[in-house]
Amino acid sequence: MSLEVRGLTIEISGRRVVDGISFDVPDGARVGLIGESGSGKSLTALALLGLLPGGATASGSIRWDGRELIDLPDRDLARLRGDEIGIVFQEPRTALNPIRTVGRQIAESVRIHEGLGRREALARAVAEAARVRLPDPEQIVGRYPHQLSGGQRQRVAIAMALACRPRLLIADEPTTALDVTIQSEILELLHSLVTDDGMSLVFITHDLAVLSQIATHAVVLEDGRVVEEGPISRLLTAPSSPVTQGLLRDATATLWRPGGRS
Amino acid sequence: MTRFAWLRRLWALSTGRFGLLVAAGIAVVAIAARFWTPFNPQRVDIAGRWAPPGWPHLLGTDGSGRDILSLLMAGAGTTLRVAVGAAVVATVIGIILASLGALTARWIRESVAVVVDILIAFPVLIIAMMISAVWGGSLWVVIISVGIGFGVNVARVTRPELRRVLHSDFVLAGRASGLTPFQNLWRHLLPNVAPVFIVQLSWAMAVAVLAEAGLSYLGFGAPVTEPSWGLLLKDLQAYITVYPLTVVWPGLAITLTVLGLNLLGDGLREATDPTLSPRRAAHHVPEVVA
Repeated sequence: MSLEVRGLTIEISGRRVVDGISFDVPDGARVGLIGESGSGKSLTALALLGLLPGGATASGSIRWDGRELIDLPDRDLARLRGDEIGIVFQEPRTALNPIRTVGRQIAESVRIHEGLGRREALARAVAEAARVRLPDPEQIVGRYPHQLSGGQRQRVAIAMALACRPRLLIADEPTTALDVTIQSEILELLHSLVTDDGMSLVFITHDLAVLSQIATHAVVLEDGRVVEEGPISRLLTAPSSPVTQGLLRDATATLWRPGGRS
Repeated sequence: MTRFAWLRRLWALSTGRFGLLVAAGIAVVAIAARFWTPFNPQRVDIAGRWAPPGWPHLLGTDGSGRDILSLLMAGAGTTLRVAVGAAVVATVIGIILASLGALTARWIRESVAVVVDILIAFPVLIIAMMISAVWGGSLWVVIISVGIGFGVNVARVTRPELRRVLHSDFVLAGRASGLTPFQNLWRHLLPNVAPVFIVQLSWAMAVAVLAEAGLSYLGFGAPVTEPSWGLLLKDLQAYITVYPLTVVWPGLAITLTVLGLNLLGDGLREATDPTLSPRRAAHHVPEVVA
């Protein structure tokens, strides 16, 4: 199942924030959307799910598995969300409901889409928690978000997004809010989960170093437009646009191995 | 993962325990009074009027020789019905107005906010007088007027909270899991504003008890045939200079109930918020394993 985005334009009260971007995510591909903050990456991610904030409208075309998602009624989109397309947000501190146990949150999409009962859903939550390598899965599903560390919370968020085995995972800066050591663990986890399942991935980031560890292709955005796209290896070795060159400079400034591995 | 863990936590709190005991006590008395009171609360005994507390009239008798303890027991049911009824009406009105005011299109949102602000300007007493002018004085007048009066208050306080929670990532995450907006409201939004809601409601119940007493006292509430703490207080306070002790009993019952309901609300708020219960957190020290 592939994702094709053509001329996606997002306007917030008359202002164009995303201006006609196009990219493809073939089945099983791992594509990065990269750009400075304000380049329209996150809005693009939300538009893919039909979850733009109030006042924002999307036009153009988003085809998922041959089906047009723009202007699809919310009821139909809700059926896709969490089931075929999952999303992980940037900030694990706020992405979990503080007053529900993590087990209930992990199992939420399973209960909606597969209609599991309470008990089965809990068993499933334990299995999913184990899958994202949370310690003590049986205990941890009964805990509340504030009792978990940042990295654990992000694992919970990943488990939530993957519980229904979606075909496409959107990861919106999933490692930005984490410590560097935990960042690499989460990246490895995402990488293995995505490749094991043959899932497609759209990975959003502003960090080329991070992206080089997980994606094969990248689309570089600036001010809501695509400025460059291609395989990561080429962006790392021969960036053609000033934006990409800037991103590469930032990445090599923090990451101690220029070029990175792809 | 037990569903009723919050009840245990409520019991562990001194405020919650006191509130629960008071509420349960009133409920038990109200139910018991339907079957048995020491004396018939309406039995007039001219010879035994203004009896001091003692045997057989534990709390004494009033000016018509009615047993005060029996009157109080019979009145507990009225009080309970008013408090619960007003809370239910306030909850329904509060949830509907707050949801409309927080989650709908901008023009609906803002008109609801204006309507709520206008309704807040009407004191409960005025609403009660308007309703009773049309349908006559009854307990329903008290229930509905306190329900409306507090419903708009609840909506007023809950609406901004709901707006705040609405912009949280976990609400977005809920939608991204495939919840419809309505399911999201029930599962993520309302539970997160529940603390504010519960405090307002317990306050509404307490005020309903006072309002029942006050409105019955003024003649808009319970008809004289209905046993009510407010009516009893009204009857007795005319003689407060002669028999001051008699007034104490209904006053004490009202005070205790109001205090109990307030503390129950406080306890509930604390018990249902997992981040506020150190006892539970202490059992689950998070390992710092990422």
